[in-house]
Amino acid sequence: MTEDILALIKENVVQGRVTQDDEGLEEGMIGQPGTTELTERAIALGIDVKDIINKGLTAGMDIVGQKYETKEYYIPDMLAAAEAVGAAMELLEPHLAKNNIESKGKVIVTTVKGDLHDIGKNIVAILLRGAGYAVKDLGNDITPEVIVAALREEKPQFLGMSALLTSTMPHMGDTIQAIAESGLRDTVKIIVGGAAVSKEFAQSIGADGYGADGFDAVRVVESLSTSKGY
Amino acid sequence: MARQGILVAPYQRLELEQVERIHQASLDILLDPGVICFNPNAAEIFGDYGAEVLPIEQGSTACWLLKIPEKIISSAVQAAPKIVKLGARDENNCLILDGHEPRVRFASGSEANNWLDVDAETFVSKRDPAIEVKFPVFRIEKGTVDKLARAARLCEHLDSWDSFLRPVNIQDNDITNDNKDVNKFFASLNNTTKHVMSGLTELSQMNNVVRMAQIIAGGEDRLKENPLISFITCVVKSPLQLVDDTTQTAVEVAKRGIPLVISSSPQGGSTAPIREDGMVAQINAEILAGVALTQLVNKGTPVLYGSVPGRARMTDLYDSYGVPEFNQYNIDCVQMARYYNLPCYSTGGVSDVKTPGIQASVERLFSHILVALAGPQYIHYAFGLLERTNTFCPVQAVLDDTHIDMVKRFVKQPSVSAAGISESLEQIRRVMGTSHKLYTRFVRSALRSGEITPPYPFEGKDMVDETLVLARERMEEILSFPPPHIAREVVDNVFREVPGLLARLRN
Repeated sequence: MTEDILALIKENVVQGRVTQDDEGLEEGMIGQPGTTELTERAIALGIDVKDIINKGLTAGMDIVGQKYETKEYYIPDMLAAAEAVGAAMELLEPHLAKNNIESKGKVIVTTVKGDLHDIGKNIVAILLRGAGYAVKDLGNDITPEVIVAALREEKPQFLGMSALLTSTMPHMGDTIQAIAESGLRDTVKIIVGGAAVSKEFAQSIGADGYGADGFDAVRVVESLSTSKGY
Repeated sequence: MARQGILVAPYQRLELEQVERIHQASLDILLDPGVICFNPNAAEIFGDYGAEVLPIEQGSTACWLLKIPEKIISSAVQAAPKIVKLGARDENNCLILDGHEPRVRFASGSEANNWLDVDAETFVSKRDPAIEVKFPVFRIEKGTVDKLARAARLCEHLDSWDSFLRPVNIQDNDITNDNKDVNKFFASLNNTTKHVMSGLTELSQMNNVVRMAQIIAGGEDRLKENPLISFITCVVKSPLQLVDDTTQTAVEVAKRGIPLVISSSPQGGSTAPIREDGMVAQINAEILAGVALTQLVNKGTPVLYGSVPGRARMTDLYDSYGVPEFNQYNIDCVQMARYYNLPCYSTGGVSDVKTPGIQASVERLFSHILVALAGPQYIHYAFGLLERTNTFCPVQAVLDDTHIDMVKRFVKQPSVSAAGISESLEQIRRVMGTSHKLYTRFVRSALRSGEITPPYPFEGKDMVDETLVLARERMEEILSFPPPHIAREVVDNVFREVPGLLARLRN
């Protein structure tokens, strides 16, 4: 029974199905339980949370990653799978501490002051959730003051800032300056990205990393992480 | 099941009134000045059906001036089939060309003397020897039977390539005028299961070619049901002259009831008026004269309205395929064919330049798109032709396949339905309920069904243009596939009954 449910969770991640309303890549899946329904059932049955994560969600994402590498899967498939994992992780979050499972970490994502363009930030959020991070999305057009306040309250290990426009890029530097002035700079790794941003710019404003795209952003977070989480 | 082509909502460059005016002008041309005919049989046939036939002299050659009345043309247009089937070894590859329906297919064409190979060589930067770049270099060879077979194998596997019109002139040392036709048809038929179309070099070889096709099709009756070959004859030398040998070919093909393209290729500014209306009136008159001949010989002969209007290049009077006028002329001709409900063999996809590259892509895409939008049933010249029509480049053909696929996706008719709108509204509502506001999840089934255009397959990395190198790799991959050869026992029969075939073409 346990193995069946874990196999189904894995398969639904591969199919990129969050709920029973989602279609998969194969016919006839609508109406069948999706990743979230199966995860709820697994929790209710008392299946080890580590197994749900490792044998279900992570195993599914591993297959998705392989399919992406071999060009069988495209970015929409990766995002769908990551969304399914992210939704399942939200359900599992209350159970992590109870089961002595260390989180991979928390990431705050936001677009900077003056910038309403959030597609890239949203993709990063989906992929980070899919990779097992807790993500707090502050939204768009967020001032340095609000970001500093969020860092103080949420205590994340990472901050991801996005800017599409050359006119809003300077606010990334302003925000990092404000974080430094607040005394929080050493508590958080800062990663920046977005169409207008480059690696050189990231270095010039004192960011810790630069994500060229959503997948790169996750790689950068992983490389900066000191967590030994699941 | 036939190849479906792509149904378009046709772009109409000419108003109906303009079409009718051109039609009338063509009828006027056929009466005055009329058509000069160098073929005595055709002159006699036209005379028998009421054309005025006046013996005239052109140098020392006997010829006749035909003044063809409207009733011959209108009867012929009425008699000509409005639907022509072009069969294929694999019947799933046959084409049903319906003159009423603007459904477009793409074919190769010409009989280019040159074959252009693209090699990838590694170049080292003089400034920084650590920098190495793979770059295409070009090599011209003459066309051979083997190269024609390779082109047919490419055709077999390139999905946008609907019909194989021999693109290469075979010039092997053991090819003569007497064995050229059987070998070019065999090399083509033995390497693609799609429809094979070609002209004839020697009329005396027609029966051998037809016999070959009958054996491959499974008999005389089967060939009638599934005409896996068709012929092209350029009966007209513009302006307004029916050539002796090609006209006789048209007569003989019509007698056998095999599908036939009546093709005319005047050049605006040299062999036809440069003015759009004058050019189209003349070519239309030329094609109608040829169509009429086929119907007078054998009422109901399946015939395609073959329009290949070009424009003269004013620097050397060669054809210029890259100019906008070329597209205007061709679109107008498509409309004229539709006015008669005759399936149209049109022209597009040629470039004037000698090698693949930016100019080649711009020029060929221009006509691939614009002529397709007009809705001809068959666009020839669409694959691999460079240096006007003198060079066939297989790597260019691979690129053309991709580009034509993009064109087909663009010109297809829009789909707006109650079910589609309902599905979209559902998606919009669901996405607006998420934090990410992304529709990517709903793309996946469309990606896999082929509904969505895939990424450009020849895009290079970084700052290097790898288009030709990658297209060449794709070509090599296709040519490594097993050829779709005809069954051995059928080939044995062909070699037993058809003289002149080269032994080395046997599987």
